[in-house]
Amino acid sequence: MRQTGRRGVEVSLVGLAVLLSVYGYCAVGLARHGALPPGAAGYGAGLAVPALLAHLAVRFRAPGADPVLLPIAVLLNGLGLVLIYRLDLETPGEAAAPAQLNWSALGVALFLVVVVALDDHRVLRRYGYVCVLGALALLTAPILFPAVNGARIWVRLAGFSLQPGEFAKVLLAVFFAGYLAANGHALAHSGRRLWLLRVPTGRVLGPVVAIWLLSVGVLVLERDLGTSLLFFGLFVVLLYVATGRTGWVAAGLLLAVAGAVAVGRLEPHVHGRVEDWLHPFASIEAGQGPGQLAQSLFAFAAGGVLGTGLGEGHSVLIGFAAKSDFILATAGEELGLAGLLAVFALYALLVERGYRAGLALRDPFGRLLAVGLASILALQVFVIAGGVTGLIPLTGMAMPFLAQGGSSLVTNWVIVALLVRLSDRARRDAAEREDDLARPPGGEAAAAGAGPAASSYDGTAAP
Amino acid sequence: MTRYIRRAALLCALLLVALLVNVVRVQLVRSETYSGNPANRRTDIARWGQPRGDILVGGRPVTGSRDTGGLFRYARTYTDGPLYAPVTGFASQVYGSTLLEHARDGLLAGTDPGLAALPLLSGLTRARSAGGTVVTTIDPEAQRAAHEGLAGRHGAVAALDPVTGRILALVSAPSYDPGELSGTGAASARAWRRLDGDPDRPMLNRAVGQTYPPGSTFKVVTAAAALDAGVAGDLDAPTDSPDPYTLPGTRTRLTNEVEGCTDASLRYAFAWSCNTVFARLGVETGWKAMSRTAAAFGFDAPGPRVPFAVARSTFAASGASAAKRDRAQLALSSIGQFDTRATPLQMAMVASAVAGDGSVPVPYLVERTTTAAGTTLSAARPRTLHRAMRRETAERLRELMTGVVEEGTGANAAIPGAVVGGKTGTAQHGVGNAGTPYAWFISWARAEDAPAPAVAVAVVVEDARAGRGEISGGGDAAPIARAVMEAVLGDRAARER
Repeated sequence: MRQTGRRGVEVSLVGLAVLLSVYGYCAVGLARHGALPPGAAGYGAGLAVPALLAHLAVRFRAPGADPVLLPIAVLLNGLGLVLIYRLDLETPGEAAAPAQLNWSALGVALFLVVVVALDDHRVLRRYGYVCVLGALALLTAPILFPAVNGARIWVRLAGFSLQPGEFAKVLLAVFFAGYLAANGHALAHSGRRLWLLRVPTGRVLGPVVAIWLLSVGVLVLERDLGTSLLFFGLFVVLLYVATGRTGWVAAGLLLAVAGAVAVGRLEPHVHGRVEDWLHPFASIEAGQGPGQLAQSLFAFAAGGVLGTGLGEGHSVLIGFAAKSDFILATAGEELGLAGLLAVFALYALLVERGYRAGLALRDPFGRLLAVGLASILALQVFVIAGGVTGLIPLTGMAMPFLAQGGSSLVTNWVIVALLVRLSDRARRDAAEREDDLARPPGGEAAAAGAGPAASSYDGTAAP
Repeated sequence: MTRYIRRAALLCALLLVALLVNVVRVQLVRSETYSGNPANRRTDIARWGQPRGDILVGGRPVTGSRDTGGLFRYARTYTDGPLYAPVTGFASQVYGSTLLEHARDGLLAGTDPGLAALPLLSGLTRARSAGGTVVTTIDPEAQRAAHEGLAGRHGAVAALDPVTGRILALVSAPSYDPGELSGTGAASARAWRRLDGDPDRPMLNRAVGQTYPPGSTFKVVTAAAALDAGVAGDLDAPTDSPDPYTLPGTRTRLTNEVEGCTDASLRYAFAWSCNTVFARLGVETGWKAMSRTAAAFGFDAPGPRVPFAVARSTFAASGASAAKRDRAQLALSSIGQFDTRATPLQMAMVASAVAGDGSVPVPYLVERTTTAAGTTLSAARPRTLHRAMRRETAERLRELMTGVVEEGTGANAAIPGAVVGGKTGTAQHGVGNAGTPYAWFISWARAEDAPAPAVAVAVVVEDARAGRGEISGGGDAAPIARAVMEAVLGDRAARER
């Protein structure tokens, strides 16, 4: 596919995403008031203009980028706005959609900054330790602020509430990718062998374990277990991809299970979540009415296959956090199983494109960064979607792009911007490889030599 | 590294599969269970999301709906709530529903599949049908006459069309306003606590939900059994009855409130309600024949559904073996005491059988049901429960009952221009018969120029204003019955004019 063709596909899909979102907005108005909502045009423009700007930035600054990434982000963001607007109708006086629209604009602005200003992702590698210090600062900041609903994850500044942990995700991904790209080989092949595990020297392993422990410790103190789980998963995935040591993954999972059991037993807040997960209807049997998870399950069940239709459900019964952590329940009730599968397909496609960029890139840092960012999205979707559908214990976390919450939305736009950059680089890498292969002198021998050369560049034995 | 990236991607795919399987579980497999959970308010939100269908009396709705603007959008309203409460019951957003509101809930709420024009399509689109309409058989004039007659008292009235079984009046006193219970507010909760805790039990429909000892009104059944069995023949022949009558096998002496019962004729004994004569007549007729006739009238079987359930009326204590049914008990049962108990509606059915040709009509309250647009969904078809007695027996009983009104205890029920038959009753109850006796009156009426009877009615007054001993069905209950019968006859005359 030529690069201009890619951009043509992208702009068409972005247009489709905007249209779908406006259609959803109108459907809500028609269902509720029997008329098109007055803000439909403004809403459409508010979504279309930033989306178009983002497209132009990609067209001129990252012409080889994957054409699916931006449209998916626009569609998910637009759908999130529709769902939040729809829930706003049930909570007069607590309109969240306008703020979310502003956050979307800010998110796209950051997207533009990253796409325009970051010429080559490999620059980021130099800032690994700056990133980790920044991440730690962001993670510790909320300790100075009062806890909100049992979780100490908020920073309140000039009327704004921020969740710094969201931004820390990206910084940690950059740090892990840089660190493991540099030390992956040493981690995998140095150190002493201890029973089944090869334990690397403390000099190599020390910093990463220390930082990881610190960040997880901070999170446990802040009681934000969703993000804690996310960091742990990110760490394990990247460690595995960098070293290929299954033993570490097993050890990591064992540690995670042991940690989860211990925290679940000892920490009352978490213990309550586990109890809710095991017995979502216990509060009903106790005569106290359905809890949040029960209400969430009721909402999904009410949706059935085709859903009630936008604006026709009663997911607002979930009460607190219906627009944020439980936003998927509204999608499940009003769009049904069909709509939910479509939403999951969008996330799956986004993650798959991230992994594909990781596969196509030639530098280990880029590969790890792409895999890390895609994994953040995948793990986050799993943790929160699994939580609200009763698959795993519920931990507070934002559904990427859909949920109310500026910090999360802005962060996800940055993630997509980085993936756009990475996919553009991956395209160029692939083009160069084709050029290498197509070079006339050397013939068979040169072509045969290209494979091992690329492999050694990866730091692995297999292509 | 490529291999490991692919494996990590595989992990993500596994997580996705886990999510998908679980979502299918929640939204498909467990959907019904979750949606049916009583704590899931969606069912109620949908049920109250549209105005409820109406209940019609005399072509006019006695119910309505008001927009609350709340989560449960439309709440029930009632015009003349206390008057029609024994018919409609209540439909509360919190406390459930009763009587017609309960028995025809699916139709009124719009969930009845018969309401949907295209049931399969509406299952797909989840469109809800508008609530249907329930047209009752109630005659508003008769209902009002009964309600006003019982004002300030405890008691019940049931009136039937003896030919078809249509329920013309169904009144219970004291009554209540069902509209007070409709909403979800604090006022509804207060009303519920007040009504539910009221010792007078205003929410009890005494006409169908309460049984009373029928007292002397049961002598109609005893007479029917005796005449059918041939134990009694000539109405004017002396019955060879002592006064007082010693109950068989005991030393208990049964007496009368009136004079002249010794050897009285059946006609005299019926008109003046001689206990001794009918106690002896029941014993002569025997358990078997008495039980058979009582059962044919509807006793000792689950009450009819009109469409809500009617309490079971009893003659012989159920389950008692024949050996235990001694003759003294039979004597008392035959005059409507001991184990004999009847709902007012059951006694109206007894009166109907006499008024007609001897067969008992199945009572019903719903004439027809329609969709909101007026298309008839179902229409009632009059049915006969049993033949309770022979035609000639019914004719002779009519003679006896008109005698009561013309020159007996029921003179208060006489209506000029109409043939009226009746039977009074004064039922003892309570430990040692210490309670204030219940005053009964059952009757039927036919316009003089009409071939068929127009109305059969049963009235019971729990707390007649007269003191103990003075109480009588003729004094307290008969005027109410007359008012109801006059209302029906007047309506019928007005219609025919």
